[in-house]
Amino acid sequence: MTHASDTHQPLATPQRRFALTDGQVAVIRHLILMSFALVVLFPFFWIVSAAFKTQIDLLMGRILFEPNLDGFTKVIFDKTSDFLRNFGNSMVIGAISTFLVLVIATLAAFSLYRLQWPGWVLHSLLGWSVIFHMVPPITLAGAWYSMFRSVGLDNTYSGIILAHTTLHLPMALWMMGVFVRDVPKELVEAAQIDGAKVPHILWHVVLPIVRPGLAATGILTFIFSWNEFPVVLVLSQRQTATVPLGIGKYAQENTIAFTEMAAASTLSILPAFLLLLFAQRFIVRGLTSGAVK
Amino acid sequence: MKTDTFWRHATLWPALVLFALLTILPLMKLFALSFHDVEWVNREAVWDWVGLSNYAKLPQDNLLRAGALNTLIFAVVAVALQMLLGFILALLTTRVVRGRVFYRTVFILPILVPGIIIGAIWKLMYSYDFGVLNSILMALGLAPQDWLGSPDLALLSVIIVDVWHWTPFCFLLLLAGLESLPDDIFEAAKIDGATRWQELRHITLPLMLPTIAVTFVFRMILAFKVFDEIYLLTGGGPGTSTEVISFTIYRRFFTEDQTGYGAAMSIAVIAVIAAGIIAATRATAGKGAKA
Repeated sequence: MTHASDTHQPLATPQRRFALTDGQVAVIRHLILMSFALVVLFPFFWIVSAAFKTQIDLLMGRILFEPNLDGFTKVIFDKTSDFLRNFGNSMVIGAISTFLVLVIATLAAFSLYRLQWPGWVLHSLLGWSVIFHMVPPITLAGAWYSMFRSVGLDNTYSGIILAHTTLHLPMALWMMGVFVRDVPKELVEAAQIDGAKVPHILWHVVLPIVRPGLAATGILTFIFSWNEFPVVLVLSQRQTATVPLGIGKYAQENTIAFTEMAAASTLSILPAFLLLLFAQRFIVRGLTSGAVK
Repeated sequence: MKTDTFWRHATLWPALVLFALLTILPLMKLFALSFHDVEWVNREAVWDWVGLSNYAKLPQDNLLRAGALNTLIFAVVAVALQMLLGFILALLTTRVVRGRVFYRTVFILPILVPGIIIGAIWKLMYSYDFGVLNSILMALGLAPQDWLGSPDLALLSVIIVDVWHWTPFCFLLLLAGLESLPDDIFEAAKIDGATRWQELRHITLPLMLPTIAVTFVFRMILAFKVFDEIYLLTGGGPGTSTEVISFTIYRRFFTEDQTGYGAAMSIAVIAVIAAGIIAATRATAGKGAKA
């Protein structure tokens, strides 16, 4: 028995003057989270409500108003509005570049992690892709613009799709690398010993295992392509403009058409919002594999 | 397994070709451009060799200086606030079981929305005449603020938007980290009579260090690339008060058509970033930390 430790004991014991029951703690935690969630949601609520206001309601800062669809009708049906075309462009560019990213990244990840490349190949490719990922895209956009221009790819879907594919390849390579490493080496080796060719192994061994990974990577790639702004700002003009460019246009005009800007913004959040509601587990999986592993 | 050599190459080459054509080649082109002045004569680019003079101009460029400084302030302040707020919120709300899916949906939403729309939303809320923030200030009897138009306030306003945008994600990552910590250590600490503060200082923080580091690096990278939100909110103004580095490059290269000089600026930024990454990798490799 040492007396020194006895004298220390009362000091080290936490003195709780306000003892909360577990139930009270849970309620407080929920209150904190709820207020946080409200702060996060409020701006979204605000833009959606602005989309239903008339320009006058908006400029008067009215809180109570009669819902009105003018903003949406103008954005969708007005002859001068490019919104539907922008929406279509974003869909096409997003879908094709996502498909290309998935194919290229899956093949490369499988090759790097399961087909015995020497270490320096793996490290230099991944190293380069990390550096490229960290560099602001605007630095390369200028070179892309002049290169595309000299081969006639400026202001074309192909040019923008190529740029978006390159831009999102590092992230996809990283994520698919994580998922491909879930494929047991022994399984691949056993298939090789049985004389299976790589395409067969990819299709029958790798694909079934990485399918959730493909969904996660694909959804995020599509959303990032949908959201991408600086590169399309440089590479595209009216015919190939995507949704963010269209929204940017509203804000550039002398008198900002706030109702239309709000309506267009509301519509362009929808794809990501629907994916978040119906494919959340893939999104979460993608975000955690990309950021945490 | 000799037969596989063909497929070994065939699977890797698409990625290699894409990187070569769209990252290495443009980089070489930028490098070449940076030693020239480019003029357009009859839709033909005419390159004039100017040696290092484009690089020599960089240190004297006031816009670049403002852009670099603002980017640094923006990234450091915004990311520090996000991490701090996210961490405090995560500490306060661990082990909440009910409503997890709802909260997660809400907190992921901001990062899936185009940056340009984040800008549009806040431009509406920051408006001097009819923005909701000024309505609230006036309802409280306070003076309305020119959030985006005042040189003293604009950078802070932009930082506020970024903190709103990214704190939820930092919170989710840090919360996931906290909840994966082993329970028995905390129980042992409780038995030994550790105070909350001691527990935080000596157990939680050290164990959370990897998660904190990953979140921090991830956020810093994106913060240095910031462009979209600011493009819509302030366009870099008023004056140079929200000018960031990506903007400066965009302006010099595209708006002003100073192709050679813009290329030199791009190369300089890429070089600084690459040097930073290599230094950071060396530093962490020394400690035996492996990604």
